[in-house]
Amino acid sequence: MKVAIIKYNAGNIYSVMHGLKRIGIEPIVTDDKSFILSADKVIFPGVGEASSTMAYLHEHKLDELIRDLKQPVLGICIGLQLMCKHSEEGNTECLGIFDAEVKRFQSQKISDKVPQMGWNTIHSLQTKLFTPEMENQYVYYVHSYYATCCSQTIAVTDYLQPFSAALNRDNFYATQFHPEKSGLLGESILRNFMNL
Amino acid sequence: MLAKRIVPCLDVKDGETVKGINFVNFRQAGDPVELGAEYSRQGADELVYLDITASHEGRKTFTDMVKRVAAEVSIPFTVGGGINELKDVDRLLNAGADKVSVNSAVIRNPQLINDISRNFGAQVCVVAIDAKYEGGEWICYLNGGRIPTDKKLFTWALEAQERGAGEILFTSMSHDGVKMGYANDALSHLADSLSIPVIASGGAGTKEHFRDAFLIGKADAALAASVFHFGEITIPDLKDYLSTQGVVVRK
Repeated sequence: MKVAIIKYNAGNIYSVMHGLKRIGIEPIVTDDKSFILSADKVIFPGVGEASSTMAYLHEHKLDELIRDLKQPVLGICIGLQLMCKHSEEGNTECLGIFDAEVKRFQSQKISDKVPQMGWNTIHSLQTKLFTPEMENQYVYYVHSYYATCCSQTIAVTDYLQPFSAALNRDNFYATQFHPEKSGLLGESILRNFMNL
Repeated sequence: MLAKRIVPCLDVKDGETVKGINFVNFRQAGDPVELGAEYSRQGADELVYLDITASHEGRKTFTDMVKRVAAEVSIPFTVGGGINELKDVDRLLNAGADKVSVNSAVIRNPQLINDISRNFGAQVCVVAIDAKYEGGEWICYLNGGRIPTDKKLFTWALEAQERGAGEILFTSMSHDGVKMGYANDALSHLADSLSIPVIASGGAGTKEHFRDAFLIGKADAALAASVFHFGEITIPDLKDYLSTQGVVVRK
C-alpha cells in the first residue's frame, strides 16, 4: 500500500511515521503533489500553530490539493483543526472540510489545566475507524484548541466540555488525539484507517 | 475524565539506565529502550529519559537511543539532560522525542523557554526544577542539584509558565531517593498557582505515596524511577490500587 504523509511546517510528523512502521506500513513523508494524489491513503498530521501552518499550506498550494483528495485522508491534531472551517488560533480561515469551529479551551478555575495533556476517554463512536470495544477507552491528547461537536463528529471526549475527538465527511477522517502515541489502541485505529 | 499519569523515569549514561540515590552512587537498571518498551506494555502513561552523560560521544549515543525509542515505543516520551540551546531541542525532536525537559540551561538563560515554546509549541517545553527546602524556603538548584541559585521554586515556576512552559516537572531534592513520599505541600501550592500541568518527582517508595501526590499534592502526573526499575512497585498493581482510592487512571 502506498501511504503519503504530507510534509509541511508542522512538528511531530516523524512520530506518525514511526507509528505506521510499527503496524507494518512504510509511509513516504513528502510534499510532492503527484505522489500525494496517487497514494492509496494520505495522512495529514502535525503539531503546530494554525495561522502559520495554514499560510504555509496556501503558499505551497497544498490547501487545494488536500481539499480535492478522493482517497481516504486522516488528519491528526493540528491536521484535524486545519480541516475545520475556522480557528480562533490566529483568527484563521481553514480548509472548510468539516463544519466544526476550532476554539480555545476556556479554563474556569485553576484546576482546569490548559493544554489538555495526557490520556482521556473517547465515546459515542461511529464509522469503521473505531470498533465497539474502543468505547470509553483512553487515547493521548496534547492540545489547547478543540473542534466543536457537529453532525460530522464521530467520537466525543469530555474536557471542560464535550468536543470532537474525531470527525468524518466522505473520504476525510480526522482525530484530535494522537493515535501514533496512544499505545495498542492507537495502533488499532491506524490499522482500521488503513483497512478503509 | 483526564487520567492522572504514571511516568517512569530512566537516567541514561553511555547507553545504560542508571538511577541516582540522592543524586550520587549509581546502580545499574538495564537497557533503556527495552525497559521503556516494557513499561509501555505494563501501562505506563509516558516515559522520561534523562541523559546524564557529559561527553560529546555520549550525546550522540543518547540521540541514537532516542531514535530507537521513537521507533519501538507507542506512548509519549520526554528527553532531558544537556539541552543548552535550540539546536539541541531540534536534534532531539527530529530524533522522535515528543517533549524536552530543560533545567539548568533555562535558569542561566530563561529566554530559552520563550524560544522553545515559540519555535516548537508550549507542549514540547517541560521545565524541570530541582529544589531543596532550606530555612523555610524552596531554593532552586543547578547541575543536578550541586549548585544553589537565588531562584525560589514558586516564583520561578510562575515565570516559566509565563514564558511559555507547557509543564513543570518539580523534583524535591529533600525527598528524592529517600522513599518517604513526595513533597505534597509544595506540589499542592504549585497546582493551585499554575494553569499548566505539574509532574511530581522525588520520594516515591510506596503506592500510598503516589495516591498522596495526586490527592493531596494535586499533581497531574507522578514520576518515579527505582521503585519501578527494581520491581518494588509494578505499574498494573499501582494503577489497580489508585483506582480503588478515587484516582482516575488509564487501565
